[in-house]
Amino acid sequence: MKEIRIAAMVAAALAVSAPAFAGATLDAVKQRGFVTCGVSTGVAGFSNPDSAGKWTGIDVDNCRAIAAALFGDAEKVKLVPTTAQQRFTALQSGEVDVLTRNTTQTLQRDTALGFNAAGVNFYDGQGFMVPKKLGVKSAKELAGATVCVQPGTTTELNLADYFRANRMEFKPVVIEKLDEVIAAFFSGRCDVFTTDASQLASVRATRTQNPDDYVILPELISKEPLGPVVRHGDDQWFDVVKWSLIAMIEAEELGITSKNVDEMAKSTNPNIQRFLGVTPGMGKALGVDEKWAYNIVKQVGNYGESFERNLGRSTPIKLERGKNALWTNGGLMYALPIR
Amino acid sequence: MTAPTATTELKPPALSQGWLGWIRENLFAGPFNTLLTILTVWLLLATVPAFIDWALLKAVWSAPTASVCREAAGGACWAFVYEKHRLILFGLYPFEEHWRPMLVVVIFLAMIGLSCLRRFWTVWLALYWIVALTAVGILMWGGVLGLTYVENEKWGGLPLTLILSVFGIAFAFPLSILLALGRRSNMPAIKALCVIYIELIRGVPLISLLFMASVMLPLFLPTGVNFDKLLRAQIAIILFAAAYLAEVVRGGLQALPKGQYEAADALGLAYWQKTGLIILPQALKLVIPPLVNTFIGIFKDTSLVVIIGLFDLLNSLKASLVDPAWPGFSAEGYIAVSLIYFALCYFMSKYSQALEARLATGHKR
Repeated sequence: MKEIRIAAMVAAALAVSAPAFAGATLDAVKQRGFVTCGVSTGVAGFSNPDSAGKWTGIDVDNCRAIAAALFGDAEKVKLVPTTAQQRFTALQSGEVDVLTRNTTQTLQRDTALGFNAAGVNFYDGQGFMVPKKLGVKSAKELAGATVCVQPGTTTELNLADYFRANRMEFKPVVIEKLDEVIAAFFSGRCDVFTTDASQLASVRATRTQNPDDYVILPELISKEPLGPVVRHGDDQWFDVVKWSLIAMIEAEELGITSKNVDEMAKSTNPNIQRFLGVTPGMGKALGVDEKWAYNIVKQVGNYGESFERNLGRSTPIKLERGKNALWTNGGLMYALPIR
Repeated sequence: MTAPTATTELKPPALSQGWLGWIRENLFAGPFNTLLTILTVWLLLATVPAFIDWALLKAVWSAPTASVCREAAGGACWAFVYEKHRLILFGLYPFEEHWRPMLVVVIFLAMIGLSCLRRFWTVWLALYWIVALTAVGILMWGGVLGLTYVENEKWGGLPLTLILSVFGIAFAFPLSILLALGRRSNMPAIKALCVIYIELIRGVPLISLLFMASVMLPLFLPTGVNFDKLLRAQIAIILFAAAYLAEVVRGGLQALPKGQYEAADALGLAYWQKTGLIILPQALKLVIPPLVNTFIGIFKDTSLVVIIGLFDLLNSLKASLVDPAWPGFSAEGYIAVSLIYFALCYFMSKYSQALEARLATGHKR
């Protein structure tokens, strides 16, 4: 049995490294009439079903934006829930056209797995959460703290590095299972809980009796850029996915929202005219309808709207824009020029 | 003492009679026994009232939002289960079409109930099942009779759990009988095949089979050839269950006295007549308890499809727990779902006891 497994894995590895897909994705998607996106099986604010089973979240919005650009209808999506283990196979095997599933982009995934990262829709990073009553405002004040952390992840190593670099002592409480580490933190066994900031926010929103009793400190100590991923082999499809996300960010930069997009279409600003297809050209270059960006903004909204709707202050998750603010506001969201 | 007097009946000591006697006999028979009783009573007193208080007395049964529920309740917030019951029961199935999976659940339960009654055990039953399963297929998929088409990625909740376990058991059981017979066969090739199959499948956990089916298999197929995730999981469950059931059935075959085989041979019955009329009816009756044991195991194992992203009952509960609008009600959710699992498992177990009693012919020792 062991031999069989090894043989299977070798075969799988070979199958993966061979670029078996030849530009067919976009055609297949167009012919099918809807975009198939891999999402999570439930990560609050990114992709989670509501009480009626309808998916919401910024990753879902990302997927809807692609459909809006391609078909002029954001509803032409099929969302396939994938687990963390299964997501890459789903993309490689063609079960999904694009992963919009809080996936960190790394060199290994870009190369060895045969994927292309098509932009970043959320800059995540490892953060710290503490009970409000401790009165801690910054991670620099955490000297001597007891820290709850999961073992065997880069999270644990980042934590040690950060404290060593800042010449602080800490006592790690290492617990394997996520549920148990969360329970340990909320029962007061440790002062600090550390994992990706987005997860901290969703844990705080979904696992606590009173989310306001906990604060997430502003420091992020690692880089976890999350964003849509496509497989190698169809550059045109890659372009559509990439520029659909950029259009959402560009719309926020230009101040175009789902509410004012019709007024903005009358604007004399050449950038806006190009963007909304009043001056044609962009859609043709991308191989989609000239109204592609208009449809994205009208039906899905700009990046800021999507963020506020799913993760922002008005939601139970209450995430600050932070690194995900526009570059003009001190964040990292920077739309490449649409021209 | 001239006349014989009626002897007065001496009653046994009061403490060894009636309920007092029962208590003494069963709860305080010795120091160890007494200690255990006290410990148990203490444990019950420490947990049961608190649980009833939390689950019933201080519970909130309906509330418009999570925060209202949380503030009003000193205990469980069952409003969460009410708010999410459709997502938990039917997963991601389109909301307006929930009557269809609902009807499917009713059909399944009715058919299972029907199949349990002995007077329906005729050839007609198979026909009823074919009709029922066709109806299930039409209802779930739609696309005909004016029903909108729902691809099976969207199936979920209780119907999915029932589909996976009913189909799993229904296909695995006949397969397992063939495997068990094959393993006891005199033909070396068939015997070897069956042994290899059983040992290979039994040698790996179900979770790895599901994983193979969902993660490895698609990589071997050409792009675009993408046979369905649900079907892959269903086949994995059938193959897995068959291997386990085969060994149970083989246990029954071996427990049958040799005389039964010889008597059947002496009557001049051919192999399949012998097996179908003499051997299997007796062998299967012998192994009802382990069979039902395995059935219950399979039923609960279907929740492992969580790792390949199918929204069975348990996974749709998990999905409903992450809703930021209704945070932190996992205890209520898990209790609700475990009640459903318990009800179905308890039914299976009770039915198997009744079946054993009805089929008893005095072979029990």
